[in-house]
Amino acid sequence: MTRSAAHSNITLDDVDAAVINRLQDGFPLVPRPFAVAGEQLGLSETQVMERVRRLREAGMLTRFGPFFDAAAMGGAFCLCAMAVPVDRFEEVATKVNAHHEVAHNYERAHRLNMWFVLATEFSDQIEAVACEIERETGLRVLRLPKLEEFFIGFKVAA
Amino acid sequence: MNRLEDLDRKLIEATQAGLPIMESPYASVAAEIGTTEAEVINRFGRLIEQGFVRRIGVAPNHYALGLIANGMTVWDVDDRFASQKGREVGALEFVSHCYLRSRVLPEWPFNLFVMVHGQTRGEVESKRAEIAQLLGETCRSSDVLYSTRILKKTGLRLSRNGG
Repeated sequence: MTRSAAHSNITLDDVDAAVINRLQDGFPLVPRPFAVAGEQLGLSETQVMERVRRLREAGMLTRFGPFFDAAAMGGAFCLCAMAVPVDRFEEVATKVNAHHEVAHNYERAHRLNMWFVLATEFSDQIEAVACEIERETGLRVLRLPKLEEFFIGFKVAA
Repeated sequence: MNRLEDLDRKLIEATQAGLPIMESPYASVAAEIGTTEAEVINRFGRLIEQGFVRRIGVAPNHYALGLIANGMTVWDVDDRFASQKGREVGALEFVSHCYLRSRVLPEWPFNLFVMVHGQTRGEVESKRAEIAQLLGETCRSSDVLYSTRILKKTGLRLSRNGG
């Protein structure tokens, strides 16, 4: 089965899916990593590089490289949620997004309709920014810090 | 306590936007920050061991892959089983992220957050049913929150002098 991508005109085939699945984790730490990954996939070094480049250019991959844990490096993260009255939504979104500590922000279909992540260098700054947003908007900010993470990866069916 | 050295910091800054897609990506990064390929490989290995780098690889774009129904499923799981169940749910092939978080009682009773992607909401709902089955009686209640709009999205920015 092949799957057409929603926002591009390339179609994902079995090889693309295998490349995406194999390369989500454990990109080889050797001088010729694409060659080693290729051996496991039954592809040449050039073929793997071409696939990754094409998938990246087509927007099927958002990133290729190391994924850093900012929390481990001394930074802090906190998921936050707010129940924003519908008629104030745009105003509050503007106020929240104006903080550079807001890494991403999603509107969700729920009473708690605004969900954002605060990313700061030091953990005590999370509280300070959350309080500031509460003052600026007059709305409560629910803090939902991460206690544990279970990352296994995401498998693409082609 | 592990600390970042100057060279680690340079390495992180040079690769925050990603690795170059070429035969010898580590040699290219090494040339950029004025060190050797072996040192870059060595440092990445150590950063992974220390937990500063979670993984090296690709991140699929779920929206571009046609998985446009993005449901944040949330579960109130008995604390005694939450870690074990989190691992089991995280291992399901359709789960992209799985976190245990603090509850905020009484308005937010859910502690397990599981991101589920599908081509339709119906697909997300059937995957949610699978998770419910796996959690069984350890789960008291659950909900699903669909994203309707991305309001802001930025990458990780590491400041020069901080951590």
